[in-house]
Amino acid sequence: MSRAALLLTGLLAVALVFPWLAGGYALSVGTLILYFAYTSQSWNVMMGFAGQLSLGHALYVGIGAYAAGALFYHFGIGPWAGLPLAVALAALAGVVIACLAFRFGVSGVYFALLTIAFAEFTRIGFDHVSWTGGPGGMFLKVEQRDSIDLVHLRGPPALYYYVMLALTAGALALCSRLLGSRAGYYWRAIRENEEAAQALGINVFRWKVLAMAISAGMTAISGVFFAFYNNSLFPEQVFNTGRSIEIVLGSVIGGVGTLFGPIFGAAVFTLLSEGATEALRAVGWEIPGSKGVVYGVVLLLVIVFLPQGIWPPLARRLGIR
Amino acid sequence: MSFDLVANVAISGILTGLVYGLMALGLSVIFGVVRVVNFAHGQMMSVAMYAAALLFARFELDPFLAVAPVAVAFFVLGYALQAGLINRFITRPEHSQFLLLVAVGLILVNGLLMAFGPDARSVQVDYQLESFEFGDILIDKARAYAAGLAIVTALLLGGFFRFTWTGVAIRACADNYFAARVVGLHVRRLYALTFGLGAVCVAVAGCALTLLVDVTPSLGPHYTLLAFVIVIVGGLGSMIGALLGGVLIGVSEAVGGLLISPSAKSMLSFGLLIVVLLLRPQGLFGRRS
Amino acid sequence: MTALLRASGLSKSFRGLKAVANASFEVAEGQVSALIGPNGAGKTTVFNLIAGVYAPDTGTIHFQGRPIHGLRPDQICAAGIGRTFQLVKPFPALSVLDNVIVGALRVERTVAAARGAAHAVLRKLGLEARANDPAATLTLSDRKRLEVARALATRPRLLLLDEVMAGLRPTECDQLVEAFRGLHRAEGLTILLIEHVMRAVMALAQHIAVLDRGAVIARGTPDEVVRDMAVVQCYLGEDTEI
Repeated sequence: MSRAALLLTGLLAVALVFPWLAGGYALSVGTLILYFAYTSQSWNVMMGFAGQLSLGHALYVGIGAYAAGALFYHFGIGPWAGLPLAVALAALAGVVIACLAFRFGVSGVYFALLTIAFAEFTRIGFDHVSWTGGPGGMFLKVEQRDSIDLVHLRGPPALYYYVMLALTAGALALCSRLLGSRAGYYWRAIRENEEAAQALGINVFRWKVLAMAISAGMTAISGVFFAFYNNSLFPEQVFNTGRSIEIVLGSVIGGVGTLFGPIFGAAVFTLLSEGATEALRAVGWEIPGSKGVVYGVVLLLVIVFLPQGIWPPLARRLGIR
Repeated sequence: MSFDLVANVAISGILTGLVYGLMALGLSVIFGVVRVVNFAHGQMMSVAMYAAALLFARFELDPFLAVAPVAVAFFVLGYALQAGLINRFITRPEHSQFLLLVAVGLILVNGLLMAFGPDARSVQVDYQLESFEFGDILIDKARAYAAGLAIVTALLLGGFFRFTWTGVAIRACADNYFAARVVGLHVRRLYALTFGLGAVCVAVAGCALTLLVDVTPSLGPHYTLLAFVIVIVGGLGSMIGALLGGVLIGVSEAVGGLLISPSAKSMLSFGLLIVVLLLRPQGLFGRRS
Repeated sequence: MTALLRASGLSKSFRGLKAVANASFEVAEGQVSALIGPNGAGKTTVFNLIAGVYAPDTGTIHFQGRPIHGLRPDQICAAGIGRTFQLVKPFPALSVLDNVIVGALRVERTVAAARGAAHAVLRKLGLEARANDPAATLTLSDRKRLEVARALATRPRLLLLDEVMAGLRPTECDQLVEAFRGLHRAEGLTILLIEHVMRAVMALAQHIAVLDRGAVIARGTPDEVVRDMAVVQCYLGEDTEI
């Protein structure tokens, strides 16, 4: 067995038994880590593979969350039936934004700003949609919390943890497949040098749009999860630029363009910020903002001292590729 | 809805827009020269606003007088930030520079939250409720002074870039980094100077703005986005574009807030941003590169 | 002999400056042709017109009898024309092998097949030993080879080489000339060189067209062109690198 496979099996084993060992708080932190690992993995398809910096991925989380949430709220349709709609809507939004941006040659910083603008535009827009509750939010019914109801994604915290674990594992497998496929080669070529990629017969526009569609669709799934885990949705909380930045953090800290980077990065920054918050609480110095400062400092340190992220140097030390 | 009401709102939008424009001018100057997008711009401004609010609370210092010490402090801090941190990043990929400033912004906004809590702070001076009257048109004195200060600062900055040796040298760096190095300019020092000047714009705009809005930590990201909207609409790197863009956004927010709904006003700005990015990425007032 | 590529009446202006003015030439199937001329003669513009970077203002380009002017670069590649860049553009973070696989994927159905094809191309160009190194670590000479390997992997009918010898030392240049000669001999590959280094042109080309101020002023075999006084004046007079 290769070292990578060994590491993966080990991680998976730890992740599988974790709910039995952990208390309620630790389980929620674990779920949070997996959530960030998954969303960051999805973002990584866009930035890490295809080289297009999106800072508005909260848009796709929000579209997924509101699509599935509204179906449940208004028609009692469960998350699994809502999922395809959520993914389709988010992918469509991604395709529209990508088509507009890439057709008009918007790239780099300008593309990043455009993605922010679309997310903000949508955030304010949702404040005015009364069907989804407007700024007052949409609240999903929570009937029971003890027995497991997979169909409606209702059950004890461990259920959510395992769902998120399955999603994260699935995303890792999918990204690994993508990276080794024609799409993976083309995306990386586009990321490295768009002009050269085009000269080799790659329809750059089409493949960039595809990257956006896949990335947005994957991200929407985490939105569906978010809706049923959180049970309340507010435009301000869901579409905020801060949420988009949280999505980016895992990959940037772990290693943009790598497969394990988003997972390690999400674990590192979640544990550090939760740890710092707990430590502050323990000394009775609990103040809002401390978590954000920790996010900021960790991001700053990693960007300055480990520009490739944590995972690539770690992988070399472990002897993995 | 009467014409007077719309005219009053529009004029107040123009004046506020000039202050926004000064803030955006800082972003534009930094981008135009250093080629780094300052994602911590609005956060820096909210720090300036807190500084002005604190100086007022502690020493009863009028924000228009607080401009001097705050601007000096911001110049030093901006210079240090560029010299100590951002200069290392000028050869790094775009996304890495971007995220560096995201990190700085996160630290600033949450640092303010930790230090001062989430509650709004305001400054009350006696002329705040007074206004100049021109028939049916009323102009808030504080707003008029703030706009005047913004114009004076922008003119001083413009004069600096046009008429001083250092200003011309900075423009040379902006035009051609390598050529500037070849002719022996100390590019990194000039970059630091530029960032310092951009921070001064932010400081002045922030002090002036404390008279117009209450300050909370969460204003920072909002103003960063607003500054982006303004400079993109006006043309990144164009000084006059930043001021005009500020006025345009100021008016559209004020009038849009009146005609549509106050909460939808920034939707108008983001809509404008999207349209401009797609159709005229060099900005309404910028030159095509 | 039939013309694989036929350009007729090509013109292209940039802001009123005429870079190419009514240029016509042909590239015969199975030959090595060269387009030469002094700096600013419009060589690179002609190259970019063929490669699809610009569309011509007037004039047509036919490849295998099909019009290709105005197509995008990726469509030009799909039509069967491979190109290199004067300033090399490798995919720096990818391995040498992966660089070539990207090219090979144009014709191969699977990544595995593309990998096999890429190895074969790397062997041909003597880059096999560097297959797993990141492209960023290659020397300039090897980067130029990689550039050629990547283009070859797309299995072009015509290979466009843009100043591929520029910046190379004479020995490196000779080695590359040898590699092209081998490719030409073994596979009958048609090549169009746009070249400044006369040493390489004289060693490789069977047919030369001379471009000056955007127009073709002479054409023929290398010997004929050298004898042509106009060429001696406009080109060789300034730059006697033979």
